[in-house]
Amino acid sequence: MAILEIKSLTKVFGGLTALSGVNIEVGEGELIGLIGPNGAGKTTVFNLLTGIYAATSGEILLNGRPLNGLKPYQITRRGIARTFQNIRLFNELSVLDNVRIAYHRHVKSSMLASVLRLPGFSREERELKAKALELLEIFHLTGRKDQLARNLSYGEQRRLEIVRALATGPQLLLLDEPAAGMNPQETNELVQLVRWLRERFGLTIILIEHDMGLVMQLCERIYVLDYGLVIAEGAPETIKRDPRVIQAYLGEEAS
Amino acid sequence: MALVLILAGVGLLTALNIGVALGRFDQYLLGVMTMAAINVILTASLNLINGFTGQFSIGHAGFMAIGAYTAAMLSLFAHWPFWLVLLAGAAAAGAAGLLIGLPTLRLRGDYLAIATLGFGEIIRVVILNIPVTGGPRGLPGIPNLTNFFVAEGVMVVTLVFIYNLVNSSHGRAFLAVREDEIAAETMGINTTAYKVIAFSIGAGFAGLAGSLFAHHLMFINPASFSFMKSIEILVMLVLGGLGSLTGSVVAAVGLTFLPEYLRQFSDYRMVLYSALLIVMMLTRPQGLFGKKELTDLLHFEGRGGLGHSRDQKLD
Repeated sequence: MAILEIKSLTKVFGGLTALSGVNIEVGEGELIGLIGPNGAGKTTVFNLLTGIYAATSGEILLNGRPLNGLKPYQITRRGIARTFQNIRLFNELSVLDNVRIAYHRHVKSSMLASVLRLPGFSREERELKAKALELLEIFHLTGRKDQLARNLSYGEQRRLEIVRALATGPQLLLLDEPAAGMNPQETNELVQLVRWLRERFGLTIILIEHDMGLVMQLCERIYVLDYGLVIAEGAPETIKRDPRVIQAYLGEEAS
Repeated sequence: MALVLILAGVGLLTALNIGVALGRFDQYLLGVMTMAAINVILTASLNLINGFTGQFSIGHAGFMAIGAYTAAMLSLFAHWPFWLVLLAGAAAAGAAGLLIGLPTLRLRGDYLAIATLGFGEIIRVVILNIPVTGGPRGLPGIPNLTNFFVAEGVMVVTLVFIYNLVNSSHGRAFLAVREDEIAAETMGINTTAYKVIAFSIGAGFAGLAGSLFAHHLMFINPASFSFMKSIEILVMLVLGGLGSLTGSVVAAVGLTFLPEYLRQFSDYRMVLYSALLIVMMLTRPQGLFGKKELTDLLHFEGRGGLGHSRDQKLD
């Protein structure tokens, strides 16, 4: 059964049509690649999925329930998490706090209980810290837990973004150019990590990526966007040979 | 080291309180100390909005006015008991914060500052023009119920309230809103709700401070809550450090005593006051304490507090 259905999704900014009539269907546990030249509308798809933009028309269904009109925080609670192409960590807060914040939707203590420091509050804070540290441990960030997020290296910041997304407890994880700025070795590690994440957390993953090697290696199915239209869809081998994709990336063949 | 400093602080406070109880301070000094406690409440509550949640509000005197007038009128005309009057002042200002926060918190940065400034002025002008508040002549004869101990007690409650709130999951949500609203929203935080809550709680404590103020001076008029009062609170906040409660306490106490101390220079008093502010801002633009608390500076390993989750390196 499809976990995510995007039906004729259209987004218009002023006079610019960023997406027109996009259809995407993602099955549970799939690992989907979303590729296309710069400005094709890939990040716009993510921004519509997470409610940061409102769709001009079309429908998005998560587990058969429409997401239209929901605020980003409500969509997070439905089980979609994402990372950002331009890293958006809470820079002036510690690594640990960055992760603890992501557990927000699971917090039960009321504001009054927090102010009065009732026993339930302290217990929950301890559990929260333990869970956050456990997740940081998996991503080899435990040693950095007290550092401010802005003081992490670029690779560590990308990893922390993934940790934070996982902490929200998603079913569907959206990764926006996770390998940007990484060297080949780091990219290789990322491939392993993404595969492992899917198994460990039972996730469905959509990733936007420019690194073709990574997409072809990792994704089972690929959607190609160009000028806001889905121009091709299928397995990596099919996509590689598709003339429309070659044309979008390399331009018209000289005749 | 940490323990010694904390003990020294507690000792100093105890000595101060015993001194007050034994009548070792004259009326004037006691009055300044009471004003200092009220200013700490105002600065700490503005810190929740501006420092911790990152919403730039400069209309705090307006909420103080709502609290002061509500409390004063309940004391004068309804003869409610003092504790109930204080709560009512806080509740009225908190409700006003909620009403004003809902539309204005859609704005960001400079625009929010201008809108809150406008609302602060509207509150003052309304009070100036309706008969029940006494208009420009103000409200005289408010019972003198705020003594130093009351002000100090309410101040401690305020500081503990805000400190505990900030050092919880809800508090971290405020900080997340300050750091990056879109990321906060994506983490499942209802940023609009948190901004309005921070604004309303901050306004409520300003109203509480206003209620204390009215029962301390025994007379209030709209001029006490002008734009300059808002700026005075903002100066205390920025000087202490946006996001540091320790800074709010130190700066509010310091800047309450400084103009009094400078009285001996008569005509040059406000010149010296301004010059000192400029020097302090030039040498420490992030404020005296930046975002740090006393507990961070002492490497105090608190239980789940900001103390050990923050960067330990001093700058």
